[in-house]
Amino acid sequence: MQRESDLRLMAADSGTALGGSRPSFGRLLPSGLPDRLLKWGLTALAAGVLVLIAYFFYKLIDQAQPAISKFGVWGFVTTNDWDVSRNIYGAAPLVVGTLITSAIALLIGVPVAVAAALYVTELCPRRLRAPLTVLLELLAAVPSVVYGLWGVFVLIPKLKPAEEWFGRTFDFLPFVGKTVAGPNYFIAGLILAIMILPIVSAITREVMATVPSDHKEAALALGATRWEMIRTAILPYSRAGISGAAMLGLGRAIGETIAVTLVIGNAPTIGKQIFDQGYSLAAVIANEFGEAANVPIHRAALIEAGLVLFVLTLLVNGIARWVVNRGVRGRRAAADAPAPAVGV
Amino acid sequence: MSAGLATISARRRNTDRIMRGVLLGGTIVALIPLVLVLYYLLKKGLGSWSMHFFTSDPTGNFLGDPGGIKSAILGTIEMVALAAAISIPIGIGVALYLVEYGRESRFASVVRYFVDVMTGVPSIVFGLFIYITLVLSGWLGSGFAGWKGSVALALLMLPIVTRSAEVVLLLVPDSLREAALALGAPRWRVMLRVVLPTALPGLITGSLLAIARGAGETAPLIFTATLANVSTLDLNQRMNSLPAQIFNDVGQAQDRLVGRAWGAALTLVLMILVLNIVARLASRRSRIA
Repeated sequence: MQRESDLRLMAADSGTALGGSRPSFGRLLPSGLPDRLLKWGLTALAAGVLVLIAYFFYKLIDQAQPAISKFGVWGFVTTNDWDVSRNIYGAAPLVVGTLITSAIALLIGVPVAVAAALYVTELCPRRLRAPLTVLLELLAAVPSVVYGLWGVFVLIPKLKPAEEWFGRTFDFLPFVGKTVAGPNYFIAGLILAIMILPIVSAITREVMATVPSDHKEAALALGATRWEMIRTAILPYSRAGISGAAMLGLGRAIGETIAVTLVIGNAPTIGKQIFDQGYSLAAVIANEFGEAANVPIHRAALIEAGLVLFVLTLLVNGIARWVVNRGVRGRRAAADAPAPAVGV
Repeated sequence: MSAGLATISARRRNTDRIMRGVLLGGTIVALIPLVLVLYYLLKKGLGSWSMHFFTSDPTGNFLGDPGGIKSAILGTIEMVALAAAISIPIGIGVALYLVEYGRESRFASVVRYFVDVMTGVPSIVFGLFIYITLVLSGWLGSGFAGWKGSVALALLMLPIVTRSAEVVLLLVPDSLREAALALGAPRWRVMLRVVLPTALPGLITGSLLAIARGAGETAPLIFTATLANVSTLDLNQRMNSLPAQIFNDVGQAQDRLVGRAWGAALTLVLMILVLNIVARLASRRSRIA
């Protein structure tokens, strides 16, 4: 007992000596029954996670089968006709709605998140750094349904005049129209922008923390102003990481359900402009599941929509993780030859 | 560019000032929604708070007294507790495997990748999956039930617990493990008596944040536990929850139901904030992170 508590004290003392290299004892063969049990138990647990995901995928495909055989996969996502009463399910309006709202979320959310991350890491007074970080993270603590509630009863009515003014003034721009529906793509995108802000900002901060201070100091020593230092040292270095962060935000935005369901209008048509009503893949599942429970083809179509959503987020997240990891791990390579920006 | 760096011209100084302003502006813009959400929650939510609000179940009446949110609070606590009981041991177990045995092995990196993938799976897809496997198939009893909601929440929380636990376990210095092993302690004792206790504060923080995340989720619950009016301790029954209650009330064109949604939202956000604060306090006690 005593020995162990001493060891723990030692842990505290040597707390800074965390190295990347973990020497040979990782390969030390465990001896004795409890060791083997623990090792195989934990390995089985880890394997269980993989099995679970495989089963997950299998089950979704299995249950979506009626819809897949009737509408196909490509046909399903490209047909612009979602009509529950005729039992015809073409998910193009949903896919388009998901993509439009996510794009709006990225356009608004990413610049703000990156600005906030830059301000917190480089410009703000040291005393403000911790509180600002906590506040930005608190944005992630507000549940989706609460953002939805706020969107319905505050954002939609309060923003309507501003949207109408914008629609009238900038009517000549593509995808901007004069008619403003209460719930619409733009409101959904705006709520999504708020919801992806914390994660994009947190990962951007993490990536920026890996910029070597040599580079920053070198820029400052050459007489660069703060902004020039940010532009010449920090941004090129962390470009790949910021792209990855944006992609992760995109993954979140695509899959976000409840808030979007409440503010997108739930009209299964492709809107002509950003102030039109629409629908998204996730929202249709949340909304129609109750009524679909007893109609096998409707249910299968919703599950196929879920499958499309799943694959879409897998792709986006897979690419994002790869980009972020490369940005964080392959630091030097990224500094020498900035990776082509993905997603932004 | 490099030639001009030696002296700071007025133009460059102005650019610097403007860009600093822009970055500060971005930060303020980022915080506006937080302030507004909290302001409206307090303004509209506090009004519907009363003893009656917390001590009575929803009546289900569209007109007249809508009742309170007792069953929703109880249901959320029960389901999230069960979800935590499932996901925290498994999550920490997987993290222990990754850190203590898997390390850089191929299998471990595959597991790590798929845990990351799970983090990105939309919560509604978890809900669908549980609906298909547990509600629809009738395996282990058909129909909606609170424990099925818990399983959906547990799936959602599992990757969060695993990733945060892995980070914390990696911070436990190797010298500590080596010292214990050199003293002749077997591997399992090292893990249980040295590694886990050292990492405990961090593990608690990660778990509490996962719980906070699970408590706010609506999508996995609406077709696993659905809605109910009565309070119940039986996880085999349909079960109410704060997010599902709010989601349902928002859609009603009735001021008192919407008022209840605001009150419930304020309650939910406060619960989650408390969890977040406790989580942060726990990590402050940590000696390694």
